[in-house]
Amino acid sequence: MKIHDVNTLIEFEKIDKIYQMGDSEVRAADGVSFKICKGEFVAIVGQSGSGKSTCMNIIGCLDVPTHGHYYLNGRDTATLDKNEQAEFRNKMLGFVFQQYNLLPKLSVQENVELPLLYARIPPAERARRAREALARVGLEGKCKNLPSQLSGGQQQRVSIARALAGDPSVILADEPTGALDSRTSREVLDFLKNLNAGGNTIVLITHDNGIAAEAQRIIRLQDGRVVYDGPAVDAARVQFAEGVVG
Amino acid sequence: MSLRQSLHMALKSLAGSKLRSLLTMLGIIIGVASVIILVSIMQGMSQQMLSEFTKMGTNRLEVSIFGLGESSRTVGVADLEGLYRGHRDVFGSMSPRVDVSAGVSVGTKVYPSTKLAGVSEQYQQVEKLEMGAGRFLGYMDVKERGKVCVVGPYLARTAFGGKAVGQAVKINGDAYTIVGVLAQRGNGSRGSEDDQILLPYSQARQLGGTVSSFVFATKDASQNREGRRILQEMLYGVYRSNDAFYIMDNQQIVNSVNKMNGTLTMVLVGVAAISLLVGGIGIMNIMLVSVTERTREIGIRKSLGAKERDVLNQFIIESAVTSTVGGLLGIAVGVAGTFAAGIIMKMAMAPALDAVAVSFGISVIIGVFFGFMPARKAAQMNPIDALKYD
Repeated sequence: MKIHDVNTLIEFEKIDKIYQMGDSEVRAADGVSFKICKGEFVAIVGQSGSGKSTCMNIIGCLDVPTHGHYYLNGRDTATLDKNEQAEFRNKMLGFVFQQYNLLPKLSVQENVELPLLYARIPPAERARRAREALARVGLEGKCKNLPSQLSGGQQQRVSIARALAGDPSVILADEPTGALDSRTSREVLDFLKNLNAGGNTIVLITHDNGIAAEAQRIIRLQDGRVVYDGPAVDAARVQFAEGVVG
Repeated sequence: MSLRQSLHMALKSLAGSKLRSLLTMLGIIIGVASVIILVSIMQGMSQQMLSEFTKMGTNRLEVSIFGLGESSRTVGVADLEGLYRGHRDVFGSMSPRVDVSAGVSVGTKVYPSTKLAGVSEQYQQVEKLEMGAGRFLGYMDVKERGKVCVVGPYLARTAFGGKAVGQAVKINGDAYTIVGVLAQRGNGSRGSEDDQILLPYSQARQLGGTVSSFVFATKDASQNREGRRILQEMLYGVYRSNDAFYIMDNQQIVNSVNKMNGTLTMVLVGVAAISLLVGGIGIMNIMLVSVTERTREIGIRKSLGAKERDVLNQFIIESAVTSTVGGLLGIAVGVAGTFAAGIIMKMAMAPALDAVAVSFGISVIIGVFFGFMPARKAAQMNPIDALKYD
């Protein structure tokens, strides 16, 4: 039995992820280890093919490692069955995607209610919490609108509200500004920072060093390995020294 | 996910693409409507047939005698009356029947449509005739060859303005006194069963009619078989051939109509089941397309914590709602079609409620059954692949 530090939320222990591509094997993650504590704002950064999406899928309980262990809140995720994985996604994790991933036929409020729906929360309570979450992102007036009636930045705020509604332990943001212009990107990043200041743990996955620099801590991946893990302020210097300007 | 939410979403997605939903449901609509219309028409027709036979009484046997041409062997009224008296435990009443063709007139007006028949006083009991006015023919009328008659309500109404008793009707020029008027049985129209004159068979024979048939009423329809056997034995004894006579048994006819009804219903149910099956396959087909189209949605739902069971339920409910709505539309079309068929065929037709219930039930079951495969496909999708799907 592993002794678990109560402050550690996410722990990767020598994680390998090997994909079979025809005859050849692709090692998307190669002995990745790190810990993320409660209240941290961590950016996992790397170019495409660096293994950051693989790490994000594993953190999000959407995928399982080939070797190694992933502990989420002290629980080895390898021991979860499909239903428990779904429950972990529902209760522990809030996803924010690059493409917002809102359901186009549901209203903004119904979209935000979805995680609560799967958590089997009664309708009245669901509606209350969804409106609360929408108020936090400043969209309380848009409850009845369809996502297509909102701007890109507003849609991304809806998806943040959806991630917040279930009150998860971790907000997992996958290229949240990837589809936004620089001004709305700024808004969304400020918003994530505010959430972090309010005590939420945030894991940001990005290929953009500029965006990653907004986090407190950076985990840089290259070819499936961790090449830097430390404060964001030092990252630029290290990057410069190693000559890997993204 | 809650049932109400699923239902709400399923209805919304149905309403979202109306033409496509309608085409998806078409198989079920046609299947359900055709079951209802076909079963209703068939039940309506057999009901009508049965009601005519039961009106006559199911305990009725009718013996038609054709004779054997050149053979001198015959069966007369006395022979069958003797048989009747010998089997009073089986037969309640009997009457010979002599069909006569003769000119009927009242005053100067001729009634060519009116049928004439000679019968005995027991004919009333055999055929369960009710009197509208006056009395039926009596024993003495038959014995004395009285020139009396009982008329149907058509003649009483049109020739005598309703007051026919005591009046006279001319048959082949001879005046017959009307002693009674029959109560109306059919629709009372010209040429119907209400347009007839009954006179003593003894007198009818004088008008050139021959005894062509006998009607018997058994004490109870359950004795029909025994009555048939007695008549058969006696008549075969005389003619030595089954071609010289025919015994019609109302109970037997009712039974065979019922049996035919049952068989036809089974055939129709089989045809309907096939069409509903085809409808179900149509739904499955569209659901499979829908699941593929909505791969991304499934991925999103799974990333938000939907379990396989949640996704499975969502798609099964959607499929069941599609087929249920199809079933309801099919019922509407079927009920309307049944009434339309009733108007076209000029029959009182009511939608068969059992067909409505069964076909509706089957359409719901089909939705669940054929929705299962696509729903399972959706439920088992890998969330990562589903999220990446464009």
